[in-house]
Amino acid sequence: MSIKQDADMGGMGYLDTVQRKLLTTYLPLGIFLFVLLFPFYWMVITSVKPDQELLSRDGNPFWVVAPTLAHFKKLLFDTAYPEWLWNTVLVSVVATGFSLFASVLAAYAIERLRFRGAKQTGLAIFLAYLVPPSILFIPLAAIITNLGLADTRWALILTYPTFLIPFSTWLLMGYFRSIPYELEECALIDGATRWQILVKIVLPLAVPGLISAGIFAFTLSWNEFIYALTFISSSENKTVPVGVVTELVEGDVYHWGPLMAGALFGSLPVAFVYSFFVDHYVSGLTGSVKE
Amino acid sequence: MSFLERLQNNKNALGLLFMLPAAAFLLLFLTYPLGLGTWLGFTDARLGRPGSWIGIENYEFLWGDSVTRLALFNTLFYTTLASVLKFVLGLWLAVLLNKDLRLKTFFRAVILLPYIVPTALSAIAFWWIYDSQFSIVSWTLMKLGWIDHYIDFLGDPWNARLATVFANVWRGVPFVAITLLAGLQTISPSFYEASAIDGATPWQQFRHVTLPLLTPIIAVVMTFSVLFTFTDFQLIYVLTRGGPLNATHLMATLSFQRAINGGALGEGAAIAIAMVPFLLAAILFSFFGLQRRAWQQGGKDE
Repeated sequence: MSIKQDADMGGMGYLDTVQRKLLTTYLPLGIFLFVLLFPFYWMVITSVKPDQELLSRDGNPFWVVAPTLAHFKKLLFDTAYPEWLWNTVLVSVVATGFSLFASVLAAYAIERLRFRGAKQTGLAIFLAYLVPPSILFIPLAAIITNLGLADTRWALILTYPTFLIPFSTWLLMGYFRSIPYELEECALIDGATRWQILVKIVLPLAVPGLISAGIFAFTLSWNEFIYALTFISSSENKTVPVGVVTELVEGDVYHWGPLMAGALFGSLPVAFVYSFFVDHYVSGLTGSVKE
Repeated sequence: MSFLERLQNNKNALGLLFMLPAAAFLLLFLTYPLGLGTWLGFTDARLGRPGSWIGIENYEFLWGDSVTRLALFNTLFYTTLASVLKFVLGLWLAVLLNKDLRLKTFFRAVILLPYIVPTALSAIAFWWIYDSQFSIVSWTLMKLGWIDHYIDFLGDPWNARLATVFANVWRGVPFVAITLLAGLQTISPSFYEASAIDGATPWQQFRHVTLPLLTPIIAVVMTFSVLFTFTDFQLIYVLTRGGPLNATHLMATLSFQRAINGGALGEGAAIAIAMVPFLLAAILFSFFGLQRRAWQQGGKDE
């Protein structure tokens, strides 16, 4: 993403009149923004609305008259939500850390060591990236059960890298490719080993790539649903998305307040991390689909 | 030279060593399950009980099973409609964001929010928005006088199909828009200036400059979008669990229901594996079909 290009990207937009620009640009953009953000507004407003306001058809539902924190209190003290939060953090951090370690080594080997078969390995990594979890969850469930890991956090820590490693390796390969060969050659002449080159030259230069891959892997693990739903059955081992969906819904009576509070609380950490690293995230996103 | 020194100077040995963690992992938890899944599809395995080989019996049964056929129809409908909408709206949004705007970086950051929050959690928000008694959409339309009773979004088969497609599009548009925006930013403004001097209208510029130059990245983005939509699970699981009357069951949710809830691992695996040909077809189509178009329209000619 080149920021400096943005300045002249308006192209010939300066020829548009103000009215025309309002009608053809800001109006559609406003509608897009409204539709894309409304569910979040709705989550927030519902989570602070007392029950009698939620279940009444009088008044203006878009606003809240007497905001309350009762739903958050119920969520944090009467449910296993804090445990789910802890599980999600633990699983995401460990799976991300492990995947990054394996991906850095693999990407460096494929892109820079150029061992025999490196090209085919790169292609295999890309294909692995295209295998969707909804095809793998059934055989993985059988494997996890055979390993005796069913209903443990290990089940998730071991399976999340199946989509994290291909993705991070692919992303890091792109970053490593942009580092000039000459730097490595100089180091080799000076007597550095490959390991020293990786740790002291390549990695420091690839820090933006590492951050992108890390942020992306973290959000992917945080958002993962189907594996966590399949492999985990007891409440204290669940992750936030699965816990909220399976445990907060009791029978036919939906507790919309705590549900929305749970959805909001589970979304905030990723939104928070994202807000600090928007550019890294965007470059990871666009880098992931680049050839 | 010691063994270690020799190892460090042999790129094949060192390459193997560096590949080891990733390769071991992917072989054990990706390649092996893929093979195991294919094998399970030919057995009558149940949860906790290894099955025996029954040939293509699972596939024969599924072929005659009306629910599976409905799920296949639903999946194709869901994928086609959602992908077309995501493409059109995503491209439109990308073009809007590529204009000379105030607060551009802010817009770009905020627009990605639907994509980064956990889908299962935003699906819960949609569940509440689609509620049959307290839906905010129904409330607004009632107040405007456009409808006279609350819409049953998730209780009627076609309403439910469209409602889930909408939620999927809502989540997918930011991804398409932001990646296409990255493609748009690589198009040099001089193309637009040159075509304007030649008298091209904005629509002609879009049709004959923007689209052809964007085709390669469109192909990749839409392949990803189609793959993830076709194998979607969480949105449907949270919103409808496949109901009403299986009207929104996708292949993935049906295979979960049969294998995990119903315990028929073999049958579920067969449904999951049945998705593979469609995925391969989508990948091949984008690879060959769209690449040739880039060439025909004066893209890379090699």
